[in-house]
Amino acid sequence: MKFGVVVFPGSNCDHDTQHAMGAVLARPVELIWHQSEDLAGCDAILLPGGFAYGDYLRTGAIARFSPVMRAVTKFANSGGLVLGICNGFQVLLESGLLPGAVLRNSGLRFVCEHVYIRVERTDTPFTSAARPGQVLKIPIAHSDGNYFCDHATLRDLERNRQILFRYVSPDGREAPEWNPNGALAAIAGVINRQGNVAGLMPHPERAAEAHLGSADGLVILRSLVDTLSRREQSAAVAERVPA
Amino acid sequence: MIDTELKVTPALAAEHGLSPDEFARVRKILGRDPNITELGIFSVMWSEHCSYKSSKVHLKRLPTRGALVVQGPGENAGVVDIGGGWVAAFKIESHNHPSFVEPFQGAATGVGGILRDIFTMGARPIAVLDSLRFGPITEGQGASHAEVARNRRILDGVVRGIGFYGNCFGVPTVGGEVAFEPCYSANPLVNALALGVARRDELFFARARGVGNPVIYVGAKTGRDGIHGASLLASAEFTEESQQKRPNVQVGDPFLEKLLLEACLEAMHTGAVVAIQDMGAAGLTCSTCEMASRGATGIEIDLALVPQRETGMSPYEIMLSESQERMLLVAEAGREEEVLRVFRKWELDAVVIGRVTPGGLLRVLDHGRAVAEIPAHPLAEEGPVYSRPLAPPARSAREESLVSFAAEGADLTANFTKLLAAPAIASKRWIVQQYDHMVRTNTVVPPGAGDAAVVRVKETGRGLALAVDGNGRWCQLDPRAGAMHAVAEAARNVACVGARPIAATNCLNFGNPEKPEIMWQFSQAIDGIAEACRALSTPITGGNVSFYNETLGRAIYPTPAVGVLGLLESDAHALSMAFRAPGDAILLLDGAGPAPAGAPDLAAMCREFSSGEYARTIHSLVAGAPPAIDLAAEKRLIDLLAALAPQGLLHSAHDLSDGGLAVALAESGFASFFSTAALGADVSLDSTAPAEWSLFNERGARAVVTAPHAALAAIERFAAQYQVGLRTLGSVTQGTFRIRSNGREVVSSPADALRASWAGSLESALSAR
Repeated sequence: MKFGVVVFPGSNCDHDTQHAMGAVLARPVELIWHQSEDLAGCDAILLPGGFAYGDYLRTGAIARFSPVMRAVTKFANSGGLVLGICNGFQVLLESGLLPGAVLRNSGLRFVCEHVYIRVERTDTPFTSAARPGQVLKIPIAHSDGNYFCDHATLRDLERNRQILFRYVSPDGREAPEWNPNGALAAIAGVINRQGNVAGLMPHPERAAEAHLGSADGLVILRSLVDTLSRREQSAAVAERVPA
Repeated sequence: MIDTELKVTPALAAEHGLSPDEFARVRKILGRDPNITELGIFSVMWSEHCSYKSSKVHLKRLPTRGALVVQGPGENAGVVDIGGGWVAAFKIESHNHPSFVEPFQGAATGVGGILRDIFTMGARPIAVLDSLRFGPITEGQGASHAEVARNRRILDGVVRGIGFYGNCFGVPTVGGEVAFEPCYSANPLVNALALGVARRDELFFARARGVGNPVIYVGAKTGRDGIHGASLLASAEFTEESQQKRPNVQVGDPFLEKLLLEACLEAMHTGAVVAIQDMGAAGLTCSTCEMASRGATGIEIDLALVPQRETGMSPYEIMLSESQERMLLVAEAGREEEVLRVFRKWELDAVVIGRVTPGGLLRVLDHGRAVAEIPAHPLAEEGPVYSRPLAPPARSAREESLVSFAAEGADLTANFTKLLAAPAIASKRWIVQQYDHMVRTNTVVPPGAGDAAVVRVKETGRGLALAVDGNGRWCQLDPRAGAMHAVAEAARNVACVGARPIAATNCLNFGNPEKPEIMWQFSQAIDGIAEACRALSTPITGGNVSFYNETLGRAIYPTPAVGVLGLLESDAHALSMAFRAPGDAILLLDGAGPAPAGAPDLAAMCREFSSGEYARTIHSLVAGAPPAIDLAAEKRLIDLLAALAPQGLLHSAHDLSDGGLAVALAESGFASFFSTAALGADVSLDSTAPAEWSLFNERGARAVVTAPHAALAAIERFAAQYQVGLRTLGSVTQGTFRIRSNGREVVSSPADALRASWAGSLESALSAR
């Protein structure tokens, strides 16, 4: 298995994501330049946090037009695993690979702090290592993380179980004081209908080592590793079985 | 032949801030009258900001050498060896005046400037800290509604600006300090400290080499912003017209700087870069003549080749522009294409604008026509140096009023609760959560969790601790002692997180150096810093002087801010200030020794106590003298704390500073809030001194530590070995906070009530309309 971390001009969590996958989880990981339309044979693509193209115009609005996003879109449409973190999530929203948009935080300020998110479903490649309803302590760091969509989209998201993470209290309760940015329905992350593209505002790669405050982010990153391992195993089995 | 379109007269030279003597010196160096471009070049290079003409003679007294120092003052940043083949580059710099004129951009470009100083050395920035001073943000004690409202706006703009730049650039803002005094209302201080790491053998310097080597301009295009930022804005007092200086403030683009960082580090790796210097104060002027001067070469550039943001800029404007996010580098002749290719990849302008030349002349052309010809070394290094007159300020003859202590047995809970809400002491969460303090995933001790910030160095497994401290009030009362306290507190803070202090950087914020009493303060402060840095083995590796911090003739308190860097052998040894478990013993470590001489006499106590945060908050008093300082005691305590860290015996450590022992205990309890419930303390102080003194005095060389009882015997052995006094004060409790003095209860409160006072104070002041 191989992970690809996309580097846009202005990405600043690319090294951190590479460190979490490579040094902490000991998986092969490669940086992919934004001008490249070649995903270098990666099995999962991570869009990291930062300020792609300076977040000029709107967060993620310019990044969606970069050559690499053409490749990522093709990869996603053919079932490839794509995870967008923070700015990467914003790029996926702008690209239309995920529904909805983000607004300026309700407090109108940048917020960097640990928050608690509840895993809303565990039958996805991004959450398979989580217990149902598990609460994860993971930091956020953004000015524009206030998730928003229209009523019809929200209804669809709920009906199709596309809300992947919600901001909650440490004991798993939804409450306004535990929603750090005013996100609609306390949405911290969503998944597409096909279940292969997900994005979230919190930074799992920053919660990958306990002595930096939390290792709960590994639940998400390990889910990806487990999913790819299972796929590799079943592919190997398929190869051994004579046609 | 140099063209002179505008006749340069002594009057025009005076308008440029050059004195008649300085103008005569210019004419002597050139052997003729300068033209207008040359006058502009001299005026910025010889400004106080760039030339250090008033401070140079004093700065020589600072200790700058040490076993670990790789590069002392004189380069873009100081560099120290941190082991494993790696070095740390770090430096602090001021951006005070721009931050008053335009708080958001002023603070943002302050951060941008210090970051460029770090990556110019080939080091990747891994942390930023800020030392901030504002006027009062709460009404009362003489602060009017309008003044408070303005101070809040300035603070808000500065905090947003720092966050805007660092967050986007991708460097964590991991700590710092902020204090409030009326003297900063019309002259806030914004000092930014940056830290970077590099391989020792991959450092870069700003020394031009190799005649014929191409000089390459990279980064943002040059515009008309920031012209005379260094000379007119940073090197003069504020007057009523100062708001008109907004065009002198630069505008920052952190996205561009992020690209510049990555491109520069990548270009350096090609091996084709010979020298590099950022364009900060005095822009193209400073970078060309300093690189030439340090390398003992000349430089010739043609301004027509400089990427420009607007049309019709004159040579004068191009040379003096302080447009941000620009670098000048010298490449090896024949390999320029390797360098240019990297910058093209990052979509940045990169243009060969000239060559290194023999002979030491800075020669500036415009479309091939010479517009300035100045010997680089005299311009950069032979500017005026002044031994300005010194005079201690006259002390007022009338008797100072000092605090008198509350009656024995008085309940101090209310005063204590009020003290915890004082802006200087209250929780800074409202500020730090606007900074990304986690990016780069190295932050082991985040802001507010420990006495210093700790970032790990992934490549070596070691940790770097950084703290920045300064107490303007104490420096006003006694600049020498106050400056010593600044060094001692920063070093103590670094030791409390388990690091050994190894080097220091300083930012010296003072008033108008042409006034003898200001110059006296400066000289005294330098002596204090020098003595403390020697005693604590923390050589000064760089820094910055900021004079003319005056508005309408009123100076700020003399405010040296001292940053101390410490090294941890393993980042796993880092210690926070948070209480960890109920039942843990609370110990007071006192560097003064196993048997302290006892409390000072009552008159001395009153004098010292009148200069503390308690006297200011509770009695509206700033008087007396800073606490007596004992550097040997500080050293013993620091050595003990650094030795204890790898043993893993302690659960928490926190030094005694603003608000003394009681505040230190409370803060350690509050810091536990995020990991466990809010923990409290139950302590008894057996001293015959007044209770207020015992609780709130701010004498140094002391720290509160906690440990499980099983570890006490081992800790006692260490303390005895390092000749540090150790007293058991009580134990960590769940939920309540009680202090007894001389057998009488003087503070008793639920920990939550105290925490509420501390936690919400800044936020409610700053969200008020």
